[in-house]
Amino acid sequence: MSGEKKIRVLVAKPGLDGHDRGAKVVARALRDAGMEVIYSGLHQTPEQIVEAAIQEDVDVVGLSVLSGAQLTIFPRVRNLLDENNAQDIILMGGGTMPADDVQELKRNGSAAEIFTPGTPVEKIGNWIKEAVAGRDA
Amino acid sequence: MEKYVQGILAGDKRSTAKIISLVENDGPEKKRVLSQLYPHTGKAYIIGVTGSPGAGKSSLTDCLTKQIRKQGLTVGIIAVDPSSPFTGGALLGDRIRMQDHALDKGVFIRSMGTRGSLGGLARATKEVVRVLDAYGSDVVIVETVGVGQSELDIMDVADTTLVVLTPGAGDHVQTIKAGIMEIADIFVVNKADLDGADKVKTEVEGMLDLSCHGNGWRPPVLLTITRTEQGITDLIDAINRHKAHLESTGSFQQARKERLRTEVLEVVEHVLRARIHKSVEASQDIARLVAKVENREVDPYVAAEEIISVGI
Ligand SMILES: Nc1nc2c(ncn2[C@@H]2O[C@H](COP(=O)(O)OP(=O)(O)OP(=O)(O)O)[C@@H](O)[C@H]2O)c(=O)[nH]1
Ligand SMILES: [Mg+2]
Repeated sequence: MSGEKKIRVLVAKPGLDGHDRGAKVVARALRDAGMEVIYSGLHQTPEQIVEAAIQEDVDVVGLSVLSGAQLTIFPRVRNLLDENNAQDIILMGGGTMPADDVQELKRNGSAAEIFTPGTPVEKIGNWIKEAVAGRDA
Repeated sequence: MEKYVQGILAGDKRSTAKIISLVENDGPEKKRVLSQLYPHTGKAYIIGVTGSPGAGKSSLTDCLTKQIRKQGLTVGIIAVDPSSPFTGGALLGDRIRMQDHALDKGVFIRSMGTRGSLGGLARATKEVVRVLDAYGSDVVIVETVGVGQSELDIMDVADTTLVVLTPGAGDHVQTIKAGIMEIADIFVVNKADLDGADKVKTEVEGMLDLSCHGNGWRPPVLLTITRTEQGITDLIDAINRHKAHLESTGSFQQARKERLRTEVLEVVEHVLRARIHKSVEASQDIARLVAKVENREVDPYVAAEEIISVGI
């Protein structure tokens, strides 16, 4: 309890697809980068994700989306966060999806960044650190 | 911060979460906020759940929460997981087992890493319990891994402490960490669907036969299976009996009073220690005296006496 602020990240796996290997790898990497990572398991609804993000007071929500539902899930979670007065929580994610979808989600403000498979995990950690520093500046 | 204090008292989750972070980060406004909340605390009943990694503490917390909610009471949960001593990071996975309550307005779940300093965790946990108490939780459940001393110290906040054991996996009475047996008000042998649960129960009962129960409470030993919720109502009954026992013997008020006394003394110590460090660091004498100690001219006691006599 040194008075320093720790970055807290919620790693969530919305939807019905059953793999969370990727999400777990990222969760561990972020822990190793010094963050507190809350992992809430499979099959999360947007409502559950947002409720957890609020109670855990995270800086960042990271969604792992492999189901193809990215164009509905990211905007839904972003809207719920905003409706719950949590505009300051950064929403990002990862998963397999067309580059056009990534562009669209970033353009309409649903996701601050999306990493596709094969991204080195250090890169994700560094991006989060910079994004949180940028927000708090 | 003012806004968040009002928010907590009005039952707002985001305010509550923000203030918990303030407490965890030991932020500058913490003291003032906690003192504003203090008059609104002391109402929650606090249950501690401890035991070896993977014993089923989160699953049990989930089952207990379900039953307590059925009685119409609200629940706050603090789930503590170890932080890495090297990176300071932590993977907090207790929520996975508590998903059923994610959308329940009457349940607030907060995960905490053990973070750095000794004693700091116990302090922070106590304070987070108060925040959830002020927020209006009727029951606060604190889950922590019973490994180190500071993890055991956390249980100092609980009115009723559950120690969770499992069959097999080294949870034999002889090998259980010293100290953990003494803090139990109730023993839970979870995973009773596995072989050997009865044997663990017999061992614990045998140990209890040999110890004296000065306060008139002999910890019951209960078997549970979280998946089927077998034994959970018995566990709730046992918690209620323990509570009634504390109340009827006056130990409830007594124990809480003693804890508060300890807490006040801890704070005094903490403040004095900080003050001492500050003034010793600032003084010229310390370097001179340490040099003398190093040259074997005086011993550490004499040096300390001299520092104290000069005045702090
Ligand atoms: N067979 C059996 N397995 C159980 C039971 N209760 C929990 N488990 C399993 O035990 C594992 C650990 O359960 P948790 O509830 O996460 O245990 P925990 O003590 O909170 O674990 P940590 O917080 O990591 O120390 C999970 O795989 C559960 O499914 C039970 O009654 N029987
Ligand atoms: Mg757990």
